[in-house]
Amino acid sequence: MRPDPATAPDRPSAYLDHAASTPMRPEAVEAMLPYLAGTFANPSGAHGPSRSARRALDAAREELASVVGCEPDEVVFTSGGTEADNLAVLGAHAGRPGPVLASAVEHRAVLAPVRAVGGTVVPVDARGVVDLDAARELATGARRDGGAVTLASLMAVNSETGVVQPVDRFCEAVRAVDGDTLVHCDAAQALAWLDVSAATSRCDLVTLSAHKFGGPKGTGALVVRGRAARVLRPVTYGGGQERELRPGTQNVAGAVAMAVAARLAAAERDATLRRVAALRDRLADGLADAVGALEPAPRALRVAGSCHLRFPGVVGEELVLLADREGVSTSTGSACASGAREPSHVLVAMGWDEASAAEAVRISLGATTTAAEVEHALGVVVRAVRQLRLGAAPAR
Amino acid sequence: MAMSGGVDSSVAAGLLVEDGHEVVGATMKLWGGASDSGCCSAADVRDARRVCDQLGVEHHVFNFTTEFTASVVDPYVADHAAGRTPNPCVECNRHLKFGALLERAARLGFAAVATGHHARVERSPGTGRPRLRRGADVAKDQSYVLAALTSAELDRVLLPVGALTKAEVRAFAERRGLATAAKPDSQDVCFVASRAPGGGPSSGRRSFLEDRMELHPGRVLDAATGESLGEVPAVELVTVGQRRGLPAGGGRRRFAVAIDTAARTVVVGDEYDLLAGEVVLSARTWVGDPLPVGARCTVQASAHGRPVAATSLADRVRFDRPSRRVAPGQLVACYLGDEVVGSGVAC
Repeated sequence: MRPDPATAPDRPSAYLDHAASTPMRPEAVEAMLPYLAGTFANPSGAHGPSRSARRALDAAREELASVVGCEPDEVVFTSGGTEADNLAVLGAHAGRPGPVLASAVEHRAVLAPVRAVGGTVVPVDARGVVDLDAARELATGARRDGGAVTLASLMAVNSETGVVQPVDRFCEAVRAVDGDTLVHCDAAQALAWLDVSAATSRCDLVTLSAHKFGGPKGTGALVVRGRAARVLRPVTYGGGQERELRPGTQNVAGAVAMAVAARLAAAERDATLRRVAALRDRLADGLADAVGALEPAPRALRVAGSCHLRFPGVVGEELVLLADREGVSTSTGSACASGAREPSHVLVAMGWDEASAAEAVRISLGATTTAAEVEHALGVVVRAVRQLRLGAAPAR
Repeated sequence: MAMSGGVDSSVAAGLLVEDGHEVVGATMKLWGGASDSGCCSAADVRDARRVCDQLGVEHHVFNFTTEFTASVVDPYVADHAAGRTPNPCVECNRHLKFGALLERAARLGFAAVATGHHARVERSPGTGRPRLRRGADVAKDQSYVLAALTSAELDRVLLPVGALTKAEVRAFAERRGLATAAKPDSQDVCFVASRAPGGGPSSGRRSFLEDRMELHPGRVLDAATGESLGEVPAVELVTVGQRRGLPAGGGRRRFAVAIDTAARTVVVGDEYDLLAGEVVLSARTWVGDPLPVGARCTVQASAHGRPVAATSLADRVRFDRPSRRVAPGQLVACYLGDEVVGSGVAC
């Protein structure tokens, strides 16, 4: 029987699914450990151990705020990006019921709550970039029909294609129609690659997710700025934690680790960008040359870690499986609860048919990606694509 | 190894591992709709994954929903609209498990696809060609739903539990402590809930079809007199041979003997009106060489139907004794002894 790659450390491998999750930075792991067993107390308590926990939480909040360019009070810690997105959409709609807009390529953590409140989807162009004219028209139409848009949501970086969205011009477009419209930016994929303060300075609500930049899973934040703080209503009820917007005992260890990971990711960002972009170019160019891999969206629009490719004549799901058997971790579209792949709503929104969308594979690099990983992946993916294109392999 | 999350495919995987095969488990996600049974629910995927973990083999989920809709669900609806009685399990085996999955397995470099069906693939001693035989457990035999396969597919098919009885399968699962050891057998059509919420028997099928096609009331006519005996709420839901849910005539047991969805009529008669001397077949398949015209065989027209003696002709099989009419759309499997030689679809 073949050994499981996870238990065979000597086999060459390449983890190239950083858009799904990144390994925790050792500094972040170390930073959170004291708060798991030692300084474990509830930060809301009135005693010494609680005060210690509270201090750590406050420090983490300040650190994260300084990285993303907001006030500490504006950071609402959540259980991750999905909860932050839901709080932004459902909380804004609860505070001021009215039309809600979101781009068609948002993560499902935004699209699903937007649909739940009867919201409208803003189309994207063939590159996957939001159509600003359409956003303006939809906002104008809503206003004409008597209800100005309550919330408009646009991600900073697409989770599948890696395309950077024009968040600032989106803000201008919808606010030109109605100045009270709140803008939410899902920056879950962004912090490793972009200065998030650009989004924080313009948007009312910004989603952060720790495990996308070397922090722990189960930790995220929603930045709630100025006017949004007055409109937003909680979507869960309980104690008064996190400005009464997100009740529940805070995950102190997670917040501490998230802040450390955010600080280091931001500090090292420029160096990481240059290094990872070179590795990504090597991989994408190599796959284009060897097996004719296509890039669904222009590279110039995408973050450095994004190597989103289409392999004509190959079922992406099969390529992912073959690559996995050689220790190369990649992904297609987004996974449903059972683990099966679904046709990518992002590619469908970009005008792709289902058959073409099935040929796409998301390879995503991160801060820890090495040249050796890229070389291994290049060899494995080229062999796999050639085998799959041959059709039936010779029977053994 | 196609893993439904049931005990048969779990044990099949275990047997392959014991035999030293390199095994990878694959659960096919076939259907996204609501159903209370079948092989696509998150719980079944979890069961399959747990068994693979127990056996130390990889597990994957393959999304074949597009293929399943096109090859199984759409024809299922179209057959009902035409007054035919489809057999979706046969189509799923032909197009999905031994179609799309077999093709994928070949591309991925696997020598064979294995399933948990109770039937046996054996090689002819001389030619080495694959033959399909009934499973060792006659009561659980599933060779009928595989009868439309040909040697081209069977050549790359393994059916590890076909040599075991169901009791032996359960015993193996218990001995190995497999997570699915005590799981009940699945029944019914996997993508159709057996009951709609609050509905009676077969209400699930009705509500499934209602969402996808128009159902029409039909007049019920007496086979002998031609007189109208009443109505059925949906002519498309009546099957040839059906007795329940039809207006009784003169207190006798009445059976649907013919359905015409275009004219929206159901002809009912007595049990002997259902008897037929033959069944005309379309889409005939042969596992290996076709039977010569005039060859003797036995035929079976449903998953657990009684095989009857017959003669195979060019486009039909003729029963030795008049037999229950086969509903149009049903698969007719031809056997020589316990070996499947071919199939056809009743016209």
